[in-house]
Amino acid sequence: MADNNHWYMLSLIGKDRPGIVAHVTSALFEGGANLGEASMMRLGGNFSMMLMVQFTGNLHGLHEIIDGVAESLSLHVHLDRIDGQLHDHRQPDVRIRVYGADRAGIVAKVTGVLAEAGLHILDLESDVAGTQTEPVYIMTIEGHAGEGVAALESALEIVKQEGIDASLEAIDIMVG
Amino acid sequence: MAVLEILKYPDPRLKEIALEVEVFDAALQSFIADLEQTMRAGPGGVGIAAPQVGRLQRIVIVDVSSKPKIKQHGRLVLINPEILEWEGMAKGREGCMSVPDFTGNVIRAKTIKLRAQDEQGEFHDYDMEGFEARAVQHEIDHLDGLLFLDRLVSRRNDLFARKVYK
Repeated sequence: MADNNHWYMLSLIGKDRPGIVAHVTSALFEGGANLGEASMMRLGGNFSMMLMVQFTGNLHGLHEIIDGVAESLSLHVHLDRIDGQLHDHRQPDVRIRVYGADRAGIVAKVTGVLAEAGLHILDLESDVAGTQTEPVYIMTIEGHAGEGVAALESALEIVKQEGIDASLEAIDIMVG
Repeated sequence: MAVLEILKYPDPRLKEIALEVEVFDAALQSFIADLEQTMRAGPGGVGIAAPQVGRLQRIVIVDVSSKPKIKQHGRLVLINPEILEWEGMAKGREGCMSVPDFTGNVIRAKTIKLRAQDEQGEFHDYDMEGFEARAVQHEIDHLDGLLFLDRLVSRRNDLFARKVYK
């Protein structure tokens, strides 16, 4: 890989509509950029993309490729040159599920005690279900248990005493 | 004995359907020894299927005895394996020696009843569960040209999307 082939992190956010991914990735392809790992999803009626982009030119050149299509789709663009690479995965060894009646501070409480017990979060997804008057918060986390799964289990006991439902399972990867 | 080369996706041989083993001879024993050595040479490999080394025959080796505290049968050579019954579903994370640098979540049956021949061609029935059942299902998929990539489930929608009945 040539030295002048840099990785950028492209973030795009805007009102959701069909075709966003196709339009954005076409523009990047036609502009000569390569795509790496990505995470994209609809959140609260907005569509958000985080995308590793490899490009031989500079930040300005990449903006020229993406700004037009982003504007036409009313997407906000954020671009950063990153010190990153592909094939740098860290495998999770624990999965944690948390849910409860939604209330202020639930995420901070849960992730706070887990961080203290050695959790490195690799992936977190959360949603609010239920109804407007009785919202339910649901979260799944995959991560690396730096101080072992037992330490996280003890940490979750603290959370459970406050009326939050939480469970945990070790992820045992089957390689065949 | 020898460590054989593991085929990596997108090698088209990984998508082929493997043929039944009909002859249980010295050549087969020798290949099985090589296949087992190849499995044990891989980092963390608990199973291997013959198509992963380019031999399109219905031969699988599984050995999950390195995992503590699970129900398992130890080292198993499974020839012409056939799953007779499935029960339950569970999501678990899998990787594959033929797909480096990627692991993903796959739904498999929790328990299976399996019939397979051994190295000498004798039939055996097995009741399997959990991690071992997952390994066997992953390997039998290789015999049918399927990779765990064909069975990945979305991270977000955990087990099953709720069905909406009108």
